[in-house]
Amino acid sequence: MDKILNDLAYAMIRIRKVEEKIDELNEAEKVKCPTHLCVGQEAIAVGVGHNLLQKDYVFSTYRGHGHYLAKGGDLKKMMAEILGSEKGCCKGRGGSMHIVDPDVNFMGTSALVGGCLPAAVGTAWASQMKNEKRVTAVFFGDGAVEEGIFHESMNFASLKKLPIIFVCENNFYAVNSPIEARQPLGADIYKRAEGYRMKGYLVDGNNVLDVNKIAKELIDNARNGDGPSLLEARTFRWCVHVQHYNETLKRKEELINWQKRCPIKNLGFSSLEIVKMSQKINLEIEELLN
Amino acid sequence: MERKISYAAAIGEAQAQAMDRHESVFICGLETDGERGIFGTTVEPCKKFPHRVFDMPLCENGITGFGLGTSLAGMRPIMVHARIDFLMLAMDQIVNHAAKWKFMTGNAFNTPMVIRTIIGRGKGQGAQHAQALHSMFAGVAGLKVVMPASACDAKGLLISAIEDDETVVYIEHRFLHPIEGCVPEDYYKVPIGKARILTQGSDVTIVAISHMVIEAQRAAIELLKDGISAEVIDLRTIKPIDEETILNSVSKTGGLIVADVGQKICGVGSEIVSLVMEKAFNFIDVPPVRIGLPDYPVPTAIPMEEQYYPSWINIVSEARKMMGKNLGKIESGVVATRNFQGPF
Repeated sequence: MDKILNDLAYAMIRIRKVEEKIDELNEAEKVKCPTHLCVGQEAIAVGVGHNLLQKDYVFSTYRGHGHYLAKGGDLKKMMAEILGSEKGCCKGRGGSMHIVDPDVNFMGTSALVGGCLPAAVGTAWASQMKNEKRVTAVFFGDGAVEEGIFHESMNFASLKKLPIIFVCENNFYAVNSPIEARQPLGADIYKRAEGYRMKGYLVDGNNVLDVNKIAKELIDNARNGDGPSLLEARTFRWCVHVQHYNETLKRKEELINWQKRCPIKNLGFSSLEIVKMSQKINLEIEELLN
Repeated sequence: MERKISYAAAIGEAQAQAMDRHESVFICGLETDGERGIFGTTVEPCKKFPHRVFDMPLCENGITGFGLGTSLAGMRPIMVHARIDFLMLAMDQIVNHAAKWKFMTGNAFNTPMVIRTIIGRGKGQGAQHAQALHSMFAGVAGLKVVMPASACDAKGLLISAIEDDETVVYIEHRFLHPIEGCVPEDYYKVPIGKARILTQGSDVTIVAISHMVIEAQRAAIELLKDGISAEVIDLRTIKPIDEETILNSVSKTGGLIVADVGQKICGVGSEIVSLVMEKAFNFIDVPPVRIGLPDYPVPTAIPMEEQYYPSWINIVSEARKMMGKNLGKIESGVVATRNFQGPF
């Protein structure tokens, strides 16, 4: 268990440090594309990614750096892509919003809200047609649930009992629009699964152990032919929607409360242990940037 | 004697033969496994490969994305939509995703998918079942668009589209389905991006698209009676467009008429005229002409519908004007629209 806990913590800190580095490069105006940082939301990517095999498929969103790294995506190629280099994972054609790593079946990310949902259903369908027992995990936000494509994808995945888990990272905001302005009060996202005769689960998206536990169960179910499921993981984005890290005053109070529930700090590691891991990761980042 | 089969049967045969060769090919779309099999086009594949033809829920955008996902996982989906109008619901997945995935991932993945769809016409199908929207797709970077007019090309172009590693929008015309033509029985390809000269001529070039190829051929016969020698080109592929064939022909004849099944404004005709004016300006003797649909939605009542669609008569009339020949009223025959009896 300690080993697992350590791995999960390290993976989350690595994502955090990479995002902080990207922010630093952004401030230095070295980044050549819009970047959407996932600081505060690392536990979901790591908890799910930890239970996927290399042959499993992952699709994500424009806020996808964490999912990419948690699936084992090549960090050097991702950074090169963000910096606009031909050595990038998309040869400079995609940028931060379209990172991809076919070697680990990280299939891509979309800059359209909900855009990857049907393609993820498609890889799950192909896995079923070919009887390959490969699971697909697709990440999306609370805003995607408002799109028609979410329902089209859920309906078909359930109809065909496809090996897929829908992971909704509910961070309560679409850009700056709060969920109360967009969805009926009490219409919990995980409950939408019921309408498609699919199982829906709610998890604390800031608790990596909880995410890890439920993700394992749902991924195992999908692999064993028990069909798809919807996982709503509640969390909070510490950064503004795009580019910069620093939050505006508007959400300040909310942010302070969520930062008390930092997915990394609450794992029980000492500050020294976290600093040690951070140093190791920073070294890795500096080395690959040189 | 060469074997003759219908355009619809040729499409069916192309799919069945491709499925026989490639395990990765499958068909999906609403009622593709139904008795009537999308105007007969999916009957043969369904009979031979019933487990690889899928009836689908009504989610055009979803279907497109599902297909994209299967293509990323090594499959070659053929998605069928009974009307091009329905594809407006799939624009996000076609334009933003399928058309872009290969490029924006630095060729990390191929997206071998065929989106088969049909332009409707006749018997009052109206504003939402008879639009010809192919130029919209031609305007999207990352898509190939083919529009076969003969049974032989319907088969060969579909096989090319299925084997292509990118997304191909394959657009049929409902009036073409019953028309028979000589179709080889073997597995063959007609290259994407190559037009075909159907009739050699020296006075005027007629570039025709989809069902207007039938009208252009009829017009060429009529024009010959007037002493006008028309060269008829079946464009076959809208994008990438076969510049060479068009420019060579226009350089020879000095005149251009584009006859499209789609709208005149911002249509494929506009593109071809621009191309010719840019690259063959010195060879052009008279202003080029676009024949296409007027800029208002498709009406339903028969007299209005007949007025809406141009035919061989418009082509003859424009060619005569172009050649400075005023030969009086053109004897009109039965208009194609009135012949159509369905099924829808």
